[in-house]
Amino acid sequence: MKETETQFDESSSKIEARFLELGVKVQASEIKTKLDQLINKYKVPPEEARRNVINYFLKKHNIPKAQFFTPRETQQVKVSDIKEDGKWVTLRCKVVKLWETNQESISQVGLLGDDSGVIKFTKWAKAALPPVEEGKSYILKNVITSEWQGQFSVKLNKTSEIVPIEEDIEVGSTPIEFSGAIVDVQSGSGLIKRCPECNRALVKGACGEHGKVDGIYDLRVKAVMDDGEKVQDILLNREITEGLTGITLDKAREMATEALDQTVVLDMIKSKIIGRYYIATGSRLDRFILVESIKQDTKPLEESISKLLATAKPAAQEA
Amino acid sequence: MAEAGFVREVAHRIFAAEFRESNLQAREGHDQYSPQYLLTPTGAKCNRVFVVGTLTEKEDVGTEAEFWRGRIVDPTGAFFVYAGQYQPEAAQILARITPPEFIAVIGKPSTYTTPEGNVITSIRPESLQVVDAETRDRWVVDTAMHTIKRLERLQGDEPDAVRAKEHYSTNVEQYRAMVAQALESLRAR
Repeated sequence: MKETETQFDESSSKIEARFLELGVKVQASEIKTKLDQLINKYKVPPEEARRNVINYFLKKHNIPKAQFFTPRETQQVKVSDIKEDGKWVTLRCKVVKLWETNQESISQVGLLGDDSGVIKFTKWAKAALPPVEEGKSYILKNVITSEWQGQFSVKLNKTSEIVPIEEDIEVGSTPIEFSGAIVDVQSGSGLIKRCPECNRALVKGACGEHGKVDGIYDLRVKAVMDDGEKVQDILLNREITEGLTGITLDKAREMATEALDQTVVLDMIKSKIIGRYYIATGSRLDRFILVESIKQDTKPLEESISKLLATAKPAAQEA
Repeated sequence: MAEAGFVREVAHRIFAAEFRESNLQAREGHDQYSPQYLLTPTGAKCNRVFVVGTLTEKEDVGTEAEFWRGRIVDPTGAFFVYAGQYQPEAAQILARITPPEFIAVIGKPSTYTTPEGNVITSIRPESLQVVDAETRDRWVVDTAMHTIKRLERLQGDEPDAVRAKEHYSTNVEQYRAMVAQALESLRAR
């Protein structure tokens, strides 16, 4: 696909303006010629061509790359606003949790949070940034968002900046509500065993990290809600699962022991909740809602019936 | 396999009368893994449907292995569900229950073209569970709402709406009447 003339003009004048800010005059026509040659003649993707042209002029005028790319304040956003891959943002947040990292290229990895939610962060070793501490709050300038399988995270690289702040940022998330029918209960729901060391769910009695262990029983539900327009994954912990299904952990263990099979619990849960309408509220975690309360939708139908009938019936026939 | 950008398909709400009239199959993309859709007369592009109704008949139509056919009735007509060895959970439940019973089905729309060229639609269940009368009524209202929304969209120029109109020459008034009748059936009792 050919880039149109106007797009060329736009990106070349952008590059020209940026060089001018650094006190270097570069001919827009020269930029344009180079872009045109790379994109249209040599079939280089536009983004790559832009990069190439910028690098060429940086070298020519001896400007360090960091100087060209860093400055400019990026927009400060809330964690829950991060919905796009590859955006530079500034976050005002608290380090909620730090995880162990066993990769040399990563210096720190964990969770950041503000009042809108939490998000994973990765700090590259190459960034050579000072360490952050769990429980402390910071302004993280110029971090880049990234997406993997629909889950967002932020990366701190060498253009990022960490500014510690005194304030203790409250981490929470505005509860969200979803109403719809439960259309699926996924495997890994029901009576499960967790690793005593890391709390991960065991698969065939083994933990992904710690191998064969004596698991601890737990009850949970991973389900899918659907309102006919959107789908929403929900996650119910033991307490919520017990309340919703009326099956306690002890009862579930009894059922499983009697049947010599854990899946009886899952089948029972499915028969109680699939196909029914619910209203769930909780906080967002990745693609899930961590459910804090869920109840069957019992809003009276009469009002909706009247409203819908009014639209469905031709006006003349209406009473 | 879950691949990057995998998004679960929404379960569409369709009344039996509309589902029965549906016969336009479409595939998005060209390779064999692209999802298959059934485009309905009001422009719902479904790869999954959610239906609640009364199971009025069931029959094992399998020759060797069990193969259950269920007839599920809503205020506008009937759906057929077929569950065999590849839908073990649904087949088990169908085998166990005695009609009449309210059931909810989440499944894939499937079509069969008869030698005469008629297209017969049915549902291949992913989940099938017994529910209560309250849930069934709620589904009727829910489905009425979605059908009305689709009828409104049908006036616009979204690609699915345009294709549905072209293929079915959808009679909007007829579907409005269907929705009204379904809603009124809830009031009668």
